[in-house]
Amino acid sequence: MTTSSEEILLQVPHVRYKKGDGTLYLMDQRIAWMMENRDTVSISHLYSDIKTQKISPEGKAKVQLQVVLHNGVSSTFHFINRGGVQEQAADRDRVKELLQTLLPKFKRKVDKELEEKNRLLSTNPALLQLYKDLVMTEVVTSEEFWAQHASQYTQGQKSHQQDIGVSGAFLADIKPQTDGCNGLKYNITADIIECIFKTYPAVQKKYIENVPAKLSEAQFWTKFFQSHYFHRDRKYVESKDLFTECGKLDDQEMKKDIQHGVDDPLVDITTFEDKSIDECYGMQGEKPTNTGTVSQAMIKRFNQHSIMVLKSSKNKQIDPSSSDSTNVSKSQETNSISNGLSNKDDAHVNKKLRIQEKITYDDLNSNSDNQESSKAILNLSKVERYLHGPMPGSAAEYLNANEVSAVNRGILNECRQWQSGRHTTTPLVSPAASVGALGELSPGGALMRGFQEQSLAQLVPSDIEKEVRNLYLSLSELLNHFWKCFPPTTVTLEQKAVKMHEALNRFHGARVKPFEDKLIRELSPLSHHLTKHLNQLLNVAYQKFNNWQKLKMHR
Amino acid sequence: MKLTIDDLIVYFPYEYIYPEQYAYMCELKRALDAKGHCLLEMPSGTGKTTTLLSLIVAYMLENPHIIRKLIYCSRTVPEIEKVIEELKKLLDYYEKQDGDYPALTGLVLSSRKNMCIHPEVSTEREGKIVDSKCHSLTASYVRDRHNADDTTPICQYYEGFTVDGKESIIPYGVYSLDDLKQYGRDRNWCPYFSARFAITHANIVVYSYHYLLDPKIADVVSKELCREAVVIFDEAHNIDNVCIDSMSVKINKRIIEKSSANINLLERTVAEMREDDAKRLQDEYQRLVEGLKEASVARETDVILSNPVLPDEILNEVVPGNIRNAEHFIGFLKRFLEYIKTRLRVQHVVQESPAGFLKDVQTKVCIERKPLRFCAERLASLLRTLEISDLTDFSPLILITHLATLVSTYTKGFTIIVEPFDDKTPTVSNPILHFCCLDSSIAIKPVFDRFQTVVITSGTLSPLDMYPKILDFHPVIMTSFTMTLARPCLLPMIVSKGNDQVAISSKFETREDIAVIRNYGQLLVEIAANVPDGVVCFFTSYLYLESVVASWYDQGVIDSLQRYKLLFIETQDSAETSFALMYYIKACESGRGAVLLSVARGKVSEGVDFDHHLGRAVLMFGIPYVYTQSRILKARLDYLRDQFQIRENDFLTFDAMRHAAQCVGRALRGKTDYGIMIFADKRFSRADKRSKLPKWIQEHLKDSLCNLSTEEAVQIAKRWLRQMAQPFTREDQLGVSLLTLDQLQSLEGNKIEKQAQQKFSK
Repeated sequence: MTTSSEEILLQVPHVRYKKGDGTLYLMDQRIAWMMENRDTVSISHLYSDIKTQKISPEGKAKVQLQVVLHNGVSSTFHFINRGGVQEQAADRDRVKELLQTLLPKFKRKVDKELEEKNRLLSTNPALLQLYKDLVMTEVVTSEEFWAQHASQYTQGQKSHQQDIGVSGAFLADIKPQTDGCNGLKYNITADIIECIFKTYPAVQKKYIENVPAKLSEAQFWTKFFQSHYFHRDRKYVESKDLFTECGKLDDQEMKKDIQHGVDDPLVDITTFEDKSIDECYGMQGEKPTNTGTVSQAMIKRFNQHSIMVLKSSKNKQIDPSSSDSTNVSKSQETNSISNGLSNKDDAHVNKKLRIQEKITYDDLNSNSDNQESSKAILNLSKVERYLHGPMPGSAAEYLNANEVSAVNRGILNECRQWQSGRHTTTPLVSPAASVGALGELSPGGALMRGFQEQSLAQLVPSDIEKEVRNLYLSLSELLNHFWKCFPPTTVTLEQKAVKMHEALNRFHGARVKPFEDKLIRELSPLSHHLTKHLNQLLNVAYQKFNNWQKLKMHR
Repeated sequence: MKLTIDDLIVYFPYEYIYPEQYAYMCELKRALDAKGHCLLEMPSGTGKTTTLLSLIVAYMLENPHIIRKLIYCSRTVPEIEKVIEELKKLLDYYEKQDGDYPALTGLVLSSRKNMCIHPEVSTEREGKIVDSKCHSLTASYVRDRHNADDTTPICQYYEGFTVDGKESIIPYGVYSLDDLKQYGRDRNWCPYFSARFAITHANIVVYSYHYLLDPKIADVVSKELCREAVVIFDEAHNIDNVCIDSMSVKINKRIIEKSSANINLLERTVAEMREDDAKRLQDEYQRLVEGLKEASVARETDVILSNPVLPDEILNEVVPGNIRNAEHFIGFLKRFLEYIKTRLRVQHVVQESPAGFLKDVQTKVCIERKPLRFCAERLASLLRTLEISDLTDFSPLILITHLATLVSTYTKGFTIIVEPFDDKTPTVSNPILHFCCLDSSIAIKPVFDRFQTVVITSGTLSPLDMYPKILDFHPVIMTSFTMTLARPCLLPMIVSKGNDQVAISSKFETREDIAVIRNYGQLLVEIAANVPDGVVCFFTSYLYLESVVASWYDQGVIDSLQRYKLLFIETQDSAETSFALMYYIKACESGRGAVLLSVARGKVSEGVDFDHHLGRAVLMFGIPYVYTQSRILKARLDYLRDQFQIRENDFLTFDAMRHAAQCVGRALRGKTDYGIMIFADKRFSRADKRSKLPKWIQEHLKDSLCNLSTEEAVQIAKRWLRQMAQPFTREDQLGVSLLTLDQLQSLEGNKIEKQAQQKFSK
């Protein structure tokens, strides 16, 4: 069954599955198990189907590995290397580690999509309804639905998809609670864990290495909270715990970055001084060399923390400056900072730009006018009011008694004049005639005779109304796509027209017809009224399609 | 625009002009006419550089015989580069207006580190190493050796320069560092030496203070500059310290050890040479007999550090007989070094005058004053004779000879302090001999004497009368300009108490007080919560910063701070700090906002601008007094009191306030910019402190803003920020803080001047 094109990444013999001994293969797409002395694969799971892997805890007699699939099915492999428990565990760990690196690649793809779709559906009730009507009734397939009918949602999502950065205080926000017996309890959420992983990749690495093989998740986080990472006033050189290495890794990373230097000449204070004489000239005392006090280490860590928080959001956005083009100078600045020193000419140009920027006085130049005029300006008649809001003490807002009475009189006068003005004009319709007209227009009047006495709204129960609405929603969506195909100038459009026609037919059969039947059963007098328009719409579409087909035949 | 200042037509490369720029030009013109020195204070961000350049260039073009050269000294490399760019802009403007480029050359001179284009040497990052590598490729004897033997490496660029660089004159134009490098690459000339050669005939030279103030460098670089020159010291608020630094030397145990190793090496080399090639030593002896002047003719590449003493003082004399012979000189050095070694072996602090030191030298090791004076020169000559290429190895010994020369040349204005241990660690023996200059006028005196006009200018020079005193010169013009503003774009406030009414102050008695630190923390958190983008804080010292951060961590202040903004802290390592700064800027630019904790007198406070969104608020936690227990400072204070009648407290306050002003001034870099300045110390509200702030800050520091609690300050800041957030157009500014040419002409010149300046009165 294995096709030759598949690459075998790992092959582990002596693996028992359901009492049969065999060999476990890790291919680049799937995991497979083959019974000994057979040439067919009896177990084969695509990586993308695998939800998680589980392993037996340390110290158990059986060394096992279990893969759990998304559909709940699981397969357990038992490692039975004759070399003993250690060999078995080694075999298992090899598989586990490889799976660990492989699974996320596949997992992310599937999960992300699913998750995204789920989220979309749950946030858009209209879309959900459409999905129910069209996909669940199998009018259109799921893929078609996402590709065509929901495209505006998915695309809209993509265009302003913005990663949420990491809060600077995410570590501080983990507030410990006393548990009543001399212990502390830290509550962490998935969000916080994600923040920690994002900011400190070294911790994530440790996590993957240690959980669940050596530690349980809870143990891991307990250790984390005990470590220097969390208590930043501790020096990790002294403590020998799990995270000492992480600290060192972070330091190395930082050192590397620092050695790389700062590209911005206006910020690089190492190059500010322009003299090269020895250190013992001058008055300044020697620099205190006792680096390594606790508070110095702490200061370093604060810097490191802030830098890593910034980096975590930067890694995601590849091009942060292009996303906001509102402020040109700003993005230029970021560019000049973020660009590497890879090209020397580039660096010179950047340097020059930076300096130019610093020395130009915008307000002294005449050409900066047009830039400012494009800004929307808040038109405030009273700036003070905007700044302070209504303030009890501001005397200027009050009128004195005389003014108040004057204004009062003025208003009364105005009213009187208005009324007197009204009286002089001749009435357009005599009162008697207008009352008569109103009477005719009321239910039962001469002009209302053609209508039913009760309006539709009163007759139709709300659930039916809702159903009609949904029908309209789905139908108009389908029709929308149907009519978009005309005139069918290309082959794909033609194909789509055919497909949409079929979908309309299906919809007619699956949704409209049953609904009509239901109406006849429940609300006989109204049945045709309610679906008349729907049918009209459908018929017009059918007609169009038939005409087109006929024309095509003739040609 | 073209404007007329007192009958001089000045090209100003902008359409509009600030009133204070106009006033500044008027004052500067008067000083140039009077051929005297001047002291001008103009707020940062009002275009000082372009004003200075426009007027002086115009003056130079108009009266080429009165002013031949403009020497523009600034503090840091970025500032120097900014000046060059402004100059480029100005001369381009001339070209645009008149059709042809003015016949002027402007160039920048920097250390080899910034100018070298040699493929290997230029990769070094440390200035000292670049210098010595350059030296090992370009020294005269290295080149001689190369002539005899092709395998000796030399620098092709320097060779290119010597072949035809000296005949041609650099074409008119303005050359920045990058331009010079390109110029050098195109012609295969060394940019550093081309520039050094070119400054003698260039009209405008831009370089660092040290090239003029430090005799060790000035002697090499700035010797041949003509008298008809204008010297500008920009950002000169710290110039006295630069002067003092350039004349001071300190010696510790490590230097002693290394020097004795140096002497041993010298002795060996001399002995070898005596056997191989005694003639060379004999030649040297002859040369020394004839006089030092001949000995050091035109060997530009040979010296890294020249004489630490001002030029001309000793070079006319002949080296005394007892150190002419190489062996004798080495013996002499040995004795002197032994003497210093014994001086370092002390248990308590010793302070004495140079005269006392000289007398002691004479009685203990029989060394007289005269040969000591020639020590530095004699060693330089010997090193040259011995053809030692790697001079960095000998820097400790050079330092010792510099001490010898300095101590025997100056008897006044200097002191010697020997400290057996650091005050903070009294148990660790770490003896240091400080030879400190106490008088900042010594180093700058030749500059004042030599050049026609010296302009000292900065954004923060208040109180103005202090500088003429400590630099010992008589300015013809002394003016402070204010900032004409169409809206109150700076908001200085003095926060004297926390919300709990506890007075906040960094004075020694209360600085470790938990309540004070907590109140500082609360203030910062409140500000961080209410002010957008960047917030910069300055502490009085690094130690204080450290202890405050530690307490803040314990008190949870840091946690709540991180909730609002990202936190960055200056460290003692410059590279690390630069890196943190870079991310601070990124954080501000990404809109997250950030807080930077920094130190007054630190590198950040002196050279980094926090304009616009990078610094919407600056907090000064405490008054940045210098560490007053230092003996060197005490000696200087005594000297100032005795010599210049400056009271200790006056000087200390002056020094603290100029640094405070410098720190808060970082936030405001222009009229369209706006920023809050918070002075968080009760003592700031006292008249003696307040009155020492620059005029342009004082004006906005109303009485109602002088005694605020945290809460009140935050309320005021909130309201002010909303006001600042309103659109600010040119129409608002025109006529008030911005003038067109027409307005300039219609308004009487006098009126503008009055508006923009407050004549300094004693």
